[in-house]
Amino acid sequence: MNIIVCIKQVPGTTNVKVDPVTGVLIRDGVQAKMNPYDLYALEAGLQLKEKTAGKVTVISMGPPAALAVLKEAIYMGADEGILISDRKFGGADVLATAYTISQAIRTIDKVDLVLTGKQTTDGDTGQVGAETAEFLNIPHFGYVTRIKVKEGQLEFVSNLDNSIMKANITLPCLLCMDGEINTPRLPSYRRKVKYRDCEKQIRIISFSDMKDQNESKYGLKGSATQVEKIFQPEKKTERLVLEGTREQLAKDLFKVLKERKFI
Amino acid sequence: MALKINHNLVNEQVARELIDICPFAAIEYHNNKLSINAACKNCRICVKKGPAGVIEEVKEEAKTIDKSQWQHIVVYADIEENNVHPITYELLGKARELAQVTSQEVQVLAIGHNLTQSANKILHYGADKVFVYEHKELAHFDVERYTNVFEDFIRQNQPSAIIFGATNTSRSLAPRVAARFKAGLTADCTALEMKENTDLVQIRPAFGGNIMAQIINPHHRPQLCTVRYKVFKAPEKSAAVTGKLINCPVKEEWLDSKVEILDIVNKKQEADIFDRENIIAIGRGIKSQADIDLVYQLAELLNASVGCTRPVIEAGLLDYRHQIGSSGKTVKPKLIITFGVSGAVQFTTGMKDAEYIIAVNNDPAAPIFDLAHFALLGDIYEVIPELIRIIKEEKLNV
Repeated sequence: MNIIVCIKQVPGTTNVKVDPVTGVLIRDGVQAKMNPYDLYALEAGLQLKEKTAGKVTVISMGPPAALAVLKEAIYMGADEGILISDRKFGGADVLATAYTISQAIRTIDKVDLVLTGKQTTDGDTGQVGAETAEFLNIPHFGYVTRIKVKEGQLEFVSNLDNSIMKANITLPCLLCMDGEINTPRLPSYRRKVKYRDCEKQIRIISFSDMKDQNESKYGLKGSATQVEKIFQPEKKTERLVLEGTREQLAKDLFKVLKERKFI
Repeated sequence: MALKINHNLVNEQVARELIDICPFAAIEYHNNKLSINAACKNCRICVKKGPAGVIEEVKEEAKTIDKSQWQHIVVYADIEENNVHPITYELLGKARELAQVTSQEVQVLAIGHNLTQSANKILHYGADKVFVYEHKELAHFDVERYTNVFEDFIRQNQPSAIIFGATNTSRSLAPRVAARFKAGLTADCTALEMKENTDLVQIRPAFGGNIMAQIINPHHRPQLCTVRYKVFKAPEKSAAVTGKLINCPVKEEWLDSKVEILDIVNKKQEADIFDRENIIAIGRGIKSQADIDLVYQLAELLNASVGCTRPVIEAGLLDYRHQIGSSGKTVKPKLIITFGVSGAVQFTTGMKDAEYIIAVNNDPAAPIFDLAHFALLGDIYEVIPELIRIIKEEKLNV
């Protein structure tokens, strides 16, 4: 089975602020990491690969620095990696991102299954997987907790809002995996030593590799949404700040709880 | 709009300034050449705050669309097993507010089987029209079939905006519909406004940080967005009905599906984690299982449920059902006390509407203090045990 797993590099921290004076975003210099939800999708892909003697290709869209997460995936057990990287893809919203990823997947022969995580921890939209499936014109399902291989199709379990559904889906298809469905393996030291820079395993593709050469479908130009402005969330005006010794603080807290009849 | 670098103005110092100013590490300087890489999010801070004129915004001719051809606001009715999800009513209330700005209709799209009762109920919440697509093959959610039906609805009616509740099913449906129409889709909006020119202003937390983004679709229709449950308030049910039901034919060719349902089991009514009046929420400041035990002791004394931020889940200290925020639950308790929570917007969007917010943190710059009614600058490891002691003592004395 030829399996593609989509992964993304996300900031290692969510601590981003707007400088009140300059209006500039301040991001802590904490290291970037693989989106935690993608680890479950990758683990699910690797398990299927082992059962079906298949192949796992990880793909990621991002700047050259995103190579790091592709390498991590190779060390975990993926066979190949593809980085989709081009200045022309910058500023992409969900629509343009999904279209670009679908075009990249179309450069791969005979794809049976595409797996994604349920959302990223930076964009937090959870929409790119489903849009990618639509652009690939293949069926998809979300919040998948289990996959079983059957002849020519997969049996899966999905976590709907009020129910759990078991169903068959034909291949090729795309499944967005739910979180916490397995225990993602750690990168193997042996693979790390063996593949190191992953020069043979990872290739970078850019706009010129895509079949659809219409630039207006990628990046900022291919995006429907536009960020009009960014701003800091509003602050409450009336508030009481207290400092003091531990006894005093606990006493003050107790007093407030009592006054407001929470105790 | 795109960014253009004026290379004649670039030198090492200018490059350094620009690299420092870019929050996404999207600017690079190699071999005396400045370039912008794929990490660019087009926030345009380099244009506005960088050295003047080095990076410029070049306006490109945007394809324009005739917005007057796209009218009215649609709420997608979330119906499972003939139960209308209450988020549908919440969205109807907001849609009515938005529709008033541009004198448009509030419409509802309902897809399923045996929908009469549900559709009639929806009319009592202020819909002008409820479009009903019924077929036995639509009884259960099937993303391909539902997308095909949705496509027909959009082609027939050309709606300006479509609002979905962010339920698991709609999170599958909305992106497929958006991609089919090459339309914009904004997830988990926390506020919506309407412009005179029918542009829907969508506000949501962005860039994985403590920042809100205001998003529009200047050249695309329809405009799609999702909103989470309990973000907006449902209107009162009205006795009078002025709207009407419109039955729409379903074509067999839309019903092809590559998914075959084998079994659907209703979830056991999982005990609601947040079933108490109050909530104690913990963040990164809590480090160990022993701390958790202490928090539970206090929660017991205050009749509070225990919630947390994402890092606590990632550290394996509580399970995911306890998570509050944009990837967890939205809560509106009478009282919420946060301990060791810094207050990233991903968390605060899930609890900011609590009636009373008390925050305890030892970092005076923690953004949670901006939200709190009562802020305690102190060490949670000192405050929690002391508070437990005082409450216990008080209870003994009663």
